[in-house]
Formats: sequence, structure tokens, C-alpha cells
Amino acid sequence: MHNFTPFASLAGGILIGLGASAMLLLDGKIAGIGGILAGVLKPVGGDTLWRICFLAGLFVGGLSLRILLPGAFDFGIIRPLPMLIIAGLLVGFGTRLGSGCTSGHGVCGVSRLSPRSLVATATFIFTGALTVYLLNHLIGN
Amino acid sequence: MNALLTSFASGFLFALGLGISGMTRPVKVIGFLDFFGAWDASLVFVMVGAIAVYFIAYRISAKMSSPILTSKFALPTRTDLSAKLLLGAAIFGAGWGLGGFCPGPALTSLASSALPVFIFVIAMVLGMYLHTWVTELGATKSSLTISAANTTQDA
Repeated sequence: MHNFTPFASLAGGILIGLGASAMLLLDGKIAGIGGILAGVLKPVGGDTLWRICFLAGLFVGGLSLRILLPGAFDFGIIRPLPMLIIAGLLVGFGTRLGSGCTSGHGVCGVSRLSPRSLVATATFIFTGALTVYLLNHLIGN
Repeated sequence: MNALLTSFASGFLFALGLGISGMTRPVKVIGFLDFFGAWDASLVFVMVGAIAVYFIAYRISAKMSSPILTSKFALPTRTDLSAKLLLGAAIFGAGWGLGGFCPGPALTSLASSALPVFIFVIAMVLGMYLHTWVTELGATKSSLTISAANTTQDA
């Protein structure tokens, strides 16, 4: 196992948890990023401004990382563009059809022990692992 | 106003967490999903950290009558394991493994101004619109079927 970063990952995970908890306890909302973005793309009156603020925070956080921790954008693996386009289409379509992504289902839903989120999380980790297996071990060799 | 500030701060914390944890690096995500290769268990620690904190926050919220800054909690209430949920999660997972990005890290990484990230995000947005379009198409079709059925009944 190389690249293993348990402490940084745990610390980052705690920050993610704190961000999501602030959203819940102060605003009463789920910090599911796929859903937050989708709500901006297809706005419903009065339910859009907080989403834009969240996404702005995400972007300013990204800019801070760029200055303070540029290694965060040391991607390591960048798939070829046609593959990235297909990946983006699948991620966008799948998160809407399945009502959530890694943040909404994987963090918020799993913590609430929501049966839908537990099943969704197990499913996307399984198909993600299957895809990587096919790409890296079957096609790659 | 304060609620909007919370949204901004929450997004900001989220981005820092994603960056520090390694989630913004596809090499870490794909390494975690590569169970039959050089498996990188780091993402387990991201999930443990995030879930541990949110688990406590959710317990606290369950005892509150309303959130601190807004009038009510807007939480999902569905519990049914639908085919859409399973299919959607399966499709999302395939895309996640293929590109190594999910929505949060991809949006955060736009700040790096790397072209591949922009292309991924544009495709992701198109995928979301595609879902809306397919859903609306389905709704139109079924309402047409219903009105056709009604016409038949009227006749």
C-alpha cells in the first residue's frame, strides 16, 4: 500500500463532517453537493440563494487550497478526455437518478443510518471498484 | 442572512476537508476503489472522520425542534429501496471509478483552473440536464398515454 495518508485523511474527513454538521444544525439542510448543484441548474423559487452561497464557499475553499496546499490539486491520475466526458455524464446522470452522491448518501445519509443511503453507498463503491478493476486489471494489462 | 453565511462557511469547510483528505486527487479515489491492486485505504479514514462528526450532529439535531437559523429541518424522508436509487447509484459509481471525481471534489478543483476538471464538470452538468430531460420526456409520454386512455373511455 503506497500513498497511504491516514492522518491527513482523517483530519480532512473531520472538516467535511463539521461543514455538513453546520449545514444541518444551523440551516437544517443536507449538504449533498450533487443535489445542491442540481437545485441551481433547475432553480425553484426561494430555494436557490443558499445553494449558490454553498457553491461559492466550495470555490473559495478551492482557491485557498490552491494557495495554501497546492498538492491538493496534484491529481496524479487524469484520465483521457473522452473517458472524462463519459465519466462526467455518468456522474451527473447517476447522482440525479439515485438522489445523491458521496456527500449526500455517503456522509450525510450513512450517518443518519438511512437504508436508502446505506444501499446506495454500497452500490456505488461496488460499481466504482468494478469499473477500476475492469480498467486497471483487465483492459490495462 | 446568517443562514446564507452558514451555507458559504459550510461549503468552505467542505472544500478544505476535501483537499486535505486527498479526495480532490483522482489518484487517491481510484487507489481506494482498486481493491485488487495497490489498495489505498485513506478514503476509509475520510469517511470515518466525516461520519463520526455528522453522526453526533444528527443525534443533536433529532432533539432540536428547529435548526438554529431557519424555521425547519428539510431532511429526506423516503425509505423505499427503488430501482431508480439502485440504478442511479450504480451509474454514479461507474462514473466515479472511470474519472476519479465525484461532484464535490470536481467543483472544488475548478479553482485549480485545470482544463480536464472543467471538461468533467461541463459533462457532469450535461448529465444532470440529461436526467431532467429524460424525466420530463417520461412524464409527457405517460400523460399522453393517460389522455389517450381517457379519450378512448370518453368515446
